[in-house]
Amino acid sequence: MRASRNDAASGGALKRNMPLVPADSIAGRALVTVIGIMTFLAAFMVGVGIMIHGASREWTDSIAKEITIQVRPSPNRDIEVETEKAAAIARATAGVAGVRIFGKAESEHLLEPWLGTGLDLGELPVPRLVVVELSNAANLNAADLKDNLRARVPTAFLDDHRLWMERLAAMAQSLVVLIVVFLALVLVSMGLAVAFATRGAMAGNKGIVDILHFVGATDRFIAVEFQRHFLRLGLRGGAIGVLLAILGFSLFETLSSWWARSPGGDQMEVLFGTFSLGWIGYAITISIGGVVALLTGLVSRIIVFRHLRGFE
Amino acid sequence: MVRFESVGLRYGMGPEILRDISFEILPRSFQFLTGPSGAGKTTLMRLILLSLKPTRGIITLFNQDAKTLGKDAITALRRRIGVVFQDFRLLDHLTTYENVALPLRVQGRAESSFRAEVVELLHWVGLGERMHVLPPVLSGGEKQRAAIARALIARPDLLLADEPTGNVDPPLARRLMRLFTELHKSGTAVVVATHDLTLMDRFDSARRLVIADGRLQTYE
Ligand SMILES: Nc1ncnc2c1ncn2[C@@H]1O[C@H](COP(=O)(O)OP(=O)(O)O)[C@@H](O)[C@H]1O
Ligand SMILES: [Mg+2]
Repeated sequence: MRASRNDAASGGALKRNMPLVPADSIAGRALVTVIGIMTFLAAFMVGVGIMIHGASREWTDSIAKEITIQVRPSPNRDIEVETEKAAAIARATAGVAGVRIFGKAESEHLLEPWLGTGLDLGELPVPRLVVVELSNAANLNAADLKDNLRARVPTAFLDDHRLWMERLAAMAQSLVVLIVVFLALVLVSMGLAVAFATRGAMAGNKGIVDILHFVGATDRFIAVEFQRHFLRLGLRGGAIGVLLAILGFSLFETLSSWWARSPGGDQMEVLFGTFSLGWIGYAITISIGGVVALLTGLVSRIIVFRHLRGFE
Repeated sequence: MVRFESVGLRYGMGPEILRDISFEILPRSFQFLTGPSGAGKTTLMRLILLSLKPTRGIITLFNQDAKTLGKDAITALRRRIGVVFQDFRLLDHLTTYENVALPLRVQGRAESSFRAEVVELLHWVGLGERMHVLPPVLSGGEKQRAAIARALIARPDLLLADEPTGNVDPPLARRLMRLFTELHKSGTAVVVATHDLTLMDRFDSARRLVIADGRLQTYE
């Protein structure tokens, strides 16, 4: 802006169609900052929402897919027989697609993260797992299966993680709702900030508005000029906010993939998903910048028209 | 073109600045609007521009009662009137060229369609070398000429000039007056507000509208 003015002053190319509302002002820069921060917050919340939504879908999917039966060792029972019995009961239950018994070696392998490798687990009482794959989670009568197991295989224990998975998923869903509410609040306060800024700009540029009226500008022409001015500010602020958000997300993704490679990282990933926004997430983040700019232009247009209607 | 019938005006609750004003401005006419400083010349021009509403009386512009005009009609009328404000009212962040082109730009015309016209007018008022400059850099006389060029660019039917020679030295004042008389000859109605008696004496034959004590007298 400043450079082009100097060009003009030094007699360079004919400067044409400069914005009729001065582009640079302290109020304008303040508004760009506010819009930038608001966009960042909005994009951040949408990103978190997408991650939580993704994680809760993974949980819900796993709920739909399988449950496990744990058969505990007992001194006076043969664990192999008990395991087979439990598997047979599960297989006969409605809604079950298939049953898979974790062999002894597999079970021991599962314990490795806790007990380390190289240990001879042969003499340790390691529980056995039966993974029950569900064809349709809704059809499964978990209570029936539980009762049958309790009656016929006392050492078997139905690990119905569906309940807490369901709770987690429900919690995630209410978090998403909360985020949408916060997002709405952020957008509303941004709209208000733009409205006040527009009113301020109209008052501050009253001289310009008067002159435009005198030289024969219609209200629509003036409104378009102000709208263009604020659209420009909105685009600048939106771009700054989106850039910050993308930087933040990619930093977060890098950190989380670094954590995932560290001990205990698997558990984090199981619980929270992969901390990945995916290209759709990034596309949505970028489009938030666009939405913010459009919102800025729209709000200022409405305010300008109202203001002009009260003029003279 | 412009007709005032028993027009009165007061600002807010203040005294009546203009009282029972009646006159007419005919097409292709030339007149001075005069009176001491503070007499109400600027106020009268603002009434013609419809930027003030009269407290009493009827103002008719281009055969339309001003009271009945909507915003679009007012805009249409203003496009037929060129104004030179006492304080110029140039936009400081636009170049001289852009300021002069403004009345055409707000009509939504493409810049390429009027560029040559604007540049020609700028040369005609002696601002050819100054068209890329921002108004704060211009001298008083240059601002005056830029303001006049802006008032003329859309070829108005009526030109209102408020103290157009108030800020310039006598030779330039004479040049500007020549510009207005030429404009008048080419068919534009011209109203020049001034309290400069020596200036008017050089145009002895011109019509004079004189405001004193809130009343207006016409000397043909
Ligand atoms: N906006 C305003 N509010 C109140 N009084 C005003 C306003 N503008 C002008 N006046 C008063 O109206 C009178 C006429 O002013 P003006 O029309 O500017 O005179 P002139 O142009 O002949 O010097 C002055 O007494 C001035 O103080
Ligand atoms: Mg005056």
